[in-house]
Amino acid sequence: MKFTCLSKGRGFHFPPCHMLNCCGIRILLDCPLDLSALMAFSPVPTSLDAFSFEESNNNEKRQKIEDLLEAKSLIFAEPWYKTVNSLHLWNASLIDVILISSPMGIMGLPFLTRRKGFSAKIYVTLASARLGQLMMEDLVSMHAEFRQFYGLKESNFPPWLRQEELEILPSVLKEILAGKDGVELGAWMPMYSAADVKDCMLKINTLNYAQEVCYNGTLVIKAFSSGVEIGSCNWILNGPKGDIAYLSNSCFFSAHAMAFDYRSLRGTCALIYSDFSSLSDTQDIEDGDNYTDPTSDKLLPPSSFQDSDGFNLNSDEDLEEKEKLVFICSCAIECVKDGGSVLIPINRLGTILQLLEEMTTLLEASATEVPVYIISSVAEELLVWLNIIPEWLCKQRQERLFSGEFLFAHVKLLKEKKIHVVPDIHSHGFLKNWREPCIVFCPHWSLRMGPVVHLLRRWCGDPKSLLILEDMENLELALLPFKPVAMKVLQCLFPSGIGLQKVQPLLKTLQPKTVLFPEDLRLKTNFSCEKSFSVSYYTEAETLKVSRQKDSSEIKIAADLASQFYWKTFKKEGINVNRLKGKLLMENGRHHLFLDNDKKTSSGNSSLLRCGLLDSNKFLAKLSKMGINASMERGTDDAGSTNVRIVHTEKPYKALIEIGNTSTAITTVDANVASILYKAIDNILDEV
Amino acid sequence: MAIETLVLGAGQEVGKSCVVVNINGKRIMFDCGMHMGYNDHRQFPDFSLISPSRNFNDALSCIIITHFHLDHVGALAYFTEVCGYSGPVYMTYPTKALAPLMLEDYRKVMVNRRGEEEQFTSDHIAECMKKVIAVDLKQTVQVDEDLEIRAYYAGHVIGAAMFYVKVGDAEMVYTGDYNMTPDRHLGAAQIDRLRLDLLITESTYATTIRDSKYAREREFLKAIHKCVSGGGKVLIPTFALGRAQELCILLEDYWERMNLKVPIYFSAGLTIQANMYYKMLIGWTSQKIKDTYSTHNAFDFKNVHKFERSMLDAPGPCVLFATPGMISGGFSLEVFKHWAPSENNLVTLPGYCLAGTVGHKLISGKSTNIDIDPDTQIDVRCQIHQLAFSPHTDSKGIMDLVKFLSPKHVILVHGEKPKMDSLKERIHSELEIPCYNPANNETVNIPSTNYVNAEASGTFIRNCLNPNFKFQKCNSVDTRDSTLIDRNLTPELQVEDERVADGVLVMESNKKAKIVHRDEVLLMLDEKKQEA
Ligand SMILES: [Zn+2]
Repeated sequence: MKFTCLSKGRGFHFPPCHMLNCCGIRILLDCPLDLSALMAFSPVPTSLDAFSFEESNNNEKRQKIEDLLEAKSLIFAEPWYKTVNSLHLWNASLIDVILISSPMGIMGLPFLTRRKGFSAKIYVTLASARLGQLMMEDLVSMHAEFRQFYGLKESNFPPWLRQEELEILPSVLKEILAGKDGVELGAWMPMYSAADVKDCMLKINTLNYAQEVCYNGTLVIKAFSSGVEIGSCNWILNGPKGDIAYLSNSCFFSAHAMAFDYRSLRGTCALIYSDFSSLSDTQDIEDGDNYTDPTSDKLLPPSSFQDSDGFNLNSDEDLEEKEKLVFICSCAIECVKDGGSVLIPINRLGTILQLLEEMTTLLEASATEVPVYIISSVAEELLVWLNIIPEWLCKQRQERLFSGEFLFAHVKLLKEKKIHVVPDIHSHGFLKNWREPCIVFCPHWSLRMGPVVHLLRRWCGDPKSLLILEDMENLELALLPFKPVAMKVLQCLFPSGIGLQKVQPLLKTLQPKTVLFPEDLRLKTNFSCEKSFSVSYYTEAETLKVSRQKDSSEIKIAADLASQFYWKTFKKEGINVNRLKGKLLMENGRHHLFLDNDKKTSSGNSSLLRCGLLDSNKFLAKLSKMGINASMERGTDDAGSTNVRIVHTEKPYKALIEIGNTSTAITTVDANVASILYKAIDNILDEV
Repeated sequence: MAIETLVLGAGQEVGKSCVVVNINGKRIMFDCGMHMGYNDHRQFPDFSLISPSRNFNDALSCIIITHFHLDHVGALAYFTEVCGYSGPVYMTYPTKALAPLMLEDYRKVMVNRRGEEEQFTSDHIAECMKKVIAVDLKQTVQVDEDLEIRAYYAGHVIGAAMFYVKVGDAEMVYTGDYNMTPDRHLGAAQIDRLRLDLLITESTYATTIRDSKYAREREFLKAIHKCVSGGGKVLIPTFALGRAQELCILLEDYWERMNLKVPIYFSAGLTIQANMYYKMLIGWTSQKIKDTYSTHNAFDFKNVHKFERSMLDAPGPCVLFATPGMISGGFSLEVFKHWAPSENNLVTLPGYCLAGTVGHKLISGKSTNIDIDPDTQIDVRCQIHQLAFSPHTDSKGIMDLVKFLSPKHVILVHGEKPKMDSLKERIHSELEIPCYNPANNETVNIPSTNYVNAEASGTFIRNCLNPNFKFQKCNSVDTRDSTLIDRNLTPELQVEDERVADGVLVMESNKKAKIVHRDEVLLMLDEKKQEA
């Protein structure tokens, strides 16, 4: 098998992307979008911004004087979207299978499915497909605001991608556009349309967890929950030459999605470890940005789990997560009590749902009456859908089904009008009911599109208000268009993978024969004394070949066929041999040999083979004893050796028998004749 | 190797489904039902036949429940909590959610009406459900290293599933109850083409062939409409789950279309509570209902209200769903006593009612006087409408399924003996598949598949994949005399790609059997010679 890491991704919203060649089948693992790259663009300008917009369009005057990052250095144009760069080096029509491991991994798929010649089979869990579709539709609808502002242009090559334009950009933006090595310019694509999304969804095959599907009879594919998001999964690929596990970002704990089913990944021939979340685990997160309120904590990931089992479920971690949520909610409530509003542009479903439940409980407890809004074009549909998918949720949520409660509290909260769902900020219902201070959940976490842009502009100058963000790589850049920011900022880190401490115990439990492990994590782990499995390291954009131990495949022979075997024993060599006659079928990744009742294959030329030196005179005598007329001539075989004798028989059967040094071949049109002659030869050889 | 099937219930009868199958050393109990027609020892399957020492944990690998009907799950709480089975129990998510409601409802009826000693308590039901592992459709569940099970959509009621079981090379399917045609709220049964040694199928309608369901539904709606427009009251005795929701969707739809304002009532809290479950389980309903959930959840019944006892003799038309079905007692019987004497009213009954119930008396006899108990006699003057649609497959559906799966053997359960005999004969003669219909407590033994495992060399497999095109010129002489063949459609040149490889199976002492390509044999023998 050959494995190429196309991209190691960038955290939760931009999962890794790989290409795997297994049994000759080319498999693409995930097709994500790097939405953090949106930060290079300005949000839709307001009339206040018109000045800087015009200025930035005034190209002649622009020059790079110093590497200064300002709001006006952002790109004022309809954004394009950054896909996985090296994916474009592959011919889309040559991909056989695409496996999507999470809703985030589907975001770039319409770019592929709309390409000419695309014919791959796409497998996605039912829940990932639904969530992914909603996320893509939301993206398209948020993007529409840019279209409206900049107008529909013919999709020419955008000026900001030109080399001369890149040169005058601040280095931070240049790196986003062109990548560290300046090679990623090809990754940019203009937004797909709602029709592209629809078309993409039609090409998808959906799965349940642990459902077996078979690609081409050869590869059995199964998805197992990974616990990161509803519908997210790891994969087991089972082919005739053994099985491969693909381990993507996985969470041992989840308050909404079904938990990480690691048990089902045990004992594979090869395991591709693709959870890069611990890359950031030990990265120092500076606390130096000016906008962060000094009183608000930066929440760090749980530092260490003292766990005797190494990785086994540890409720401390769960508790810590819960404490973090309670802390966030109490900050929010303090803020609204003080008359400020709270803006939560978080796009992680699990976090939103928990915050929503926690927040409303705390609001009630503190007798604070402020409205909670959820603003998103897909929120209503999403919230309804969440209550009809018990099979995809964690144990605690499933228990609610069994005790006849709604799966999530928001059903009740909506009914009691404790939370309000509106599709967008301009909708009539929204303006009518708008009250401040309030708590708002809305997209998009990049702070470049969606309702968050308008609300952030409204509140950024208010020191009483609070902005709650997911962990940002570059907070300064994120907040750049809203400078100066007086509002409090709380940045939270939510774990979305296997902690570094759990990598080794997990792999020990899973017991694969070989592990494909990221080179980037090599220094953070130590497999040197690991004896139970071998480790190969992979890096981005390099193909790793992993040889399998065996060249052979398993085959199952039907008992009725096996009972007809005619064994030939070579006593000296201690070997029994039997020529096979049957139908070979490939089914569910296994070879089967069945009894063949089809007449077509049993007639026609059949050529039998015997091993060993045949005494031709003895053979002719034997044949005449059997009443078969035969004549012999000398001939040459393929190798040019003259030591080949050819026996023709005419009556009663017509056949050609080639007798070589080590082998004898019988060619005849009748299978019965062949077997008669075969037995004759067999007899003689026995005597030898 | 053999598969041994012990039928503990639903053998040549309908009721207390329970089949114990021993397949390659694993013993699985399919369904654990009760018989509603008895209240003596015949009510439950004779579990002692599984293990005379009553050590059920050692005797069984797992229990699989196909759906929430009491004749499939009714004895489960008794078996786990009273008989002491504590191994795994598998059922789908909806069945796990709804089965306890059915059990609790039945327990109450049992205690209140019959005044019997209860065989299991509410706590028993709760404890029992803790042992249940919920499964999703098509999810392959590894019960243990060798035993694999998988659920397939069966229609019938929400969450109903057929179960596939595989142990080693032996494979089988137990259907439970299923429906091959979609109804108002459920899709039709669906299953993969499998390579089965045994299919155990229900055969409720072993000889019936049903026509269009929509005609029957129209009849039902017309009867109800006629009754309410004449100011009459309609009693629909049903169990809280399944039929109630199906008919209610039908009525809601009709009420909307005809703009009817006559109230529809649900008798007990149970049905209303059940609707709440249905709302969350909408993913298990028909495609049509699933497609509309985001705008309107089909189980949010707009015209349905809760019925109060005080409304029993209130004037004016109405439609009332009352439990239990078949008017076997409880509230539906109470309502029946009030409404039956008026010819304005209507009672609808399912096509099948158990002997001994009032429903059974109503559909079988012409007599207008019905004895409820020695002291009560009711003069029945109301209309009786018999529902002609059922959530069970008809005989065509059974034959289609058997033909589709083409198992090596078929066992019929859950039916009436004469009809089963005739279906058995058809399966045998038309499909040439051996078929059995054992009675309760009988055992059927059939052989099972096993394969010989071997290794195949890469060379051999690659050779098998080599294209082997054969071009055949069609001889026009061959087609000339046949007037049946349209010559334009017969290609001049036919191409065949039948891939053939020469394989030799080699057995070396102390090694696994290996299939190699013919050329490799010589090499192997050469090597051996050199070694020697
Ligand atoms: Zn049933």
